[in-house]
Order: sequence, then structure tokens, then C-alpha cells
Amino acid sequence: MVGRASDTLTHMADSDIKALTEDLPAPNFDTTAFTTPKPLSESTVAIVTTASLHHPDQDDFAPMDTSYRVLDGSRRDYVIGHWSPNFDDVGFAYDMNTVFPIDRLDELAAQGVIGRVNDQHMAYAGNQFDLATIKMDTGPEGANWLREQGVDIALFTPV
Amino acid sequence: MSTLAHVFEAAGIATVALGSIRKQIESTAPPRGLWCDFPLGRPLGKPGDPEFQHRVLAAAFALLDSPEPIVTEFGESITDDGNEVLACPLPPRHDPDAHPAIDEARGLRAAYERGVELSNGRIGAGRVVAADDIPTAIEAFIRIADGTSWKQAGIPGLPMRVSQDIRGYYETAALALVDHAPAAWAGARWFLDETETGKVLIAARAEMERQEAPQPMWFYLTPGDR
Repeated sequence: MVGRASDTLTHMADSDIKALTEDLPAPNFDTTAFTTPKPLSESTVAIVTTASLHHPDQDDFAPMDTSYRVLDGSRRDYVIGHWSPNFDDVGFAYDMNTVFPIDRLDELAAQGVIGRVNDQHMAYAGNQFDLATIKMDTGPEGANWLREQGVDIALFTPV
Repeated sequence: MSTLAHVFEAAGIATVALGSIRKQIESTAPPRGLWCDFPLGRPLGKPGDPEFQHRVLAAAFALLDSPEPIVTEFGESITDDGNEVLACPLPPRHDPDAHPAIDEARGLRAAYERGVELSNGRIGAGRVVAADDIPTAIEAFIRIADGTSWKQAGIPGLPMRVSQDIRGYYETAALALVDHAPAAWAGARWFLDETETGKVLIAARAEMERQEAPQPMWFYLTPGDR
């Protein structure tokens, strides 16, 4: 993503921002892992967001941070640590469910659609370049941690 | 990032991934992916609209019924016309001796605190610059806009992160001053086009480019098409 300060496309339309990012190289997987889930109504669900979300008292995400934060589903104090100006952050500021739909999951659990919402959730940084670490180290570590929590289904949300 | 969905699925957790950029989610092809044509930063689509958010989640969880990997799209789009600007009043000048941007930032402090309170503790500043220090951070960019070397201006952190905190401070304050869910990017447009501090950041960005600062140091002070 390069440009000059004097560059002006249109008026910061979302499509312009997406055009700057959509052709960034994406990883290819030769095979796709597939886990057959239990029925949703019997499953424990957690959110894994790649919005670099964290509680204010947790460490901020560093640039290209490959680690993760554990989020307490009972808390509502968050800050988005995503390292980019290229997203609308007012939607999350107005309603956290725009990125982290914890209230919606709680409602689905109360209705019996979801078996249970896990007490804890996870956040990674989404704009990664060191995919080897995510694939081989912190990704599997986080997945195993979530399995130890008894989580059956993970809902991934970007920013 | 759909890469993680592959990793978690391989560890025995069934995953459902939402994605906002079609090419990205189609090329990474997570085990179950739902492309939602929504503005970046709004993967559930509409803030303050639980019914809409539930429709997105229902479509996402329906992918769990597929017997094989699947990437598909949500049936509703939200497009941004690039024009809507948050209609948010700015505080009147209080201290005529202060730079207009500093005076403005100080004048928004009470609104910022109300914005944090309204959102149960979600903060827009504080990654590297706490709310108390936002005026000091703005002063650094004023110095750059006036020609001081960006290295000697006293930016209290990586410029991009500092500007995120300043923008977050303003947008959080704005939420206390409006009574509706802002359209996507309306808050950023308001900040950059209508506030004194937004003008300072844009001027400092141009000056840093003129000073031949490394491109990432100035480019990411504002969204990438500015």
C-alpha cells in the first residue's frame, strides 16, 4: 500500500479503502481441515476476533503482534488495537456487537439456539505478515487453549 | 483473518469465519466462510440493530450444516456512498490564546468521558496516549505542520498509533453528542474534514512526506486514500 499525502481518490469511500487491501497476497491452503460439529444447540461457542481487541488493562498489541489476548465475556470495557487507520471504528464504539457480538450470542443461548456461550473469548491481530508463527505456534496454542475450555465452535470476526 | 480458522479447525474446533473483503475470504477459503459486503470495521453490519446482527449470525451458523467446506455470501449488502459526515457540534472557542486544535480537544474532554461511560468502558484513546495527554500529542503534530522536524516534534509514540488515539478520542466524544448510530466512515470524515485537529493531522502528514520521513511514518496517519 503506497501513496502520496497529496493523493485523493474519492471521499474516503469504503470501496476505495477495500481496493487498497483486497489484492494483498492471501495464504493458500492445499487442503482444508474440516471438523464435523456437534449440533449448535448442544455446543459451546466462543468468539475469536482478529480485531486486536483487548481490555484496557491488558497489553496493547505491538505491530505485527502474533500473540493473543484472552477476553472476559462478562466485561464490556475494550479497546480496538488494530494497527491500521483503514477501518471504521465508530461502529464498534457505538455498539461493540458490531465486531464482538457477545450480547447476540448470549441471546441465542437464552433462546436455546446455542448450547452455551463460553466465559472467555480470544483476540488476535488480523493484519499479519508472519503467518508461519500464526500457523505453527500461537495459532495452535490458542486453539488448544480453547479446546481445553470445552469450546466446540469458534465464530471468527474481523475488523 | 481466515488463516486462523484453518488452524483452529485442524485442532478440532468447528469454525465459522465472517469476512468483509470478498477476494480475501475467497482466496484464503476458510472451512466455513461468510462474505458479508459490509464496510470495513463492521463485520456484523449495523451497529445498534440486533435484528440485523441476528440475521448475519443465523446465516453464519447455518454453514455448520454443510457436510463440506463452504464459502458463500450474505444476502444483504451495506454500501457506503462516501459522502455521509457525522453531524456533530463542536465546542465553541474557550481559550483564545490556545491553538484552535488544542482548545477544541480540551473542549471535548467532558464529552469523551460521557462517551466512555455510555459504552460501559470502551475507550477510544489510551493505546499509547491517555485522554489526559491528547492535547500534548496534538501539539507535536502542530509543530510538524509548522515545519519542525518530525523527529524533533515530540510525538509520544509511533505516529500512526498516536493518531489512532487522537481520532479515537474525537470519535468517542462525538458519540456522546449525537443520538443515532453513525453511518460507516461518517465519524472519520467528520474528524478529518471538520475538526481543527483533523486539519492539523492532514497538514502534518503532508509536511512529513515533504521532510522525506519514511513512508509508513506519515502515510498511516489517516486512512489510506487521503
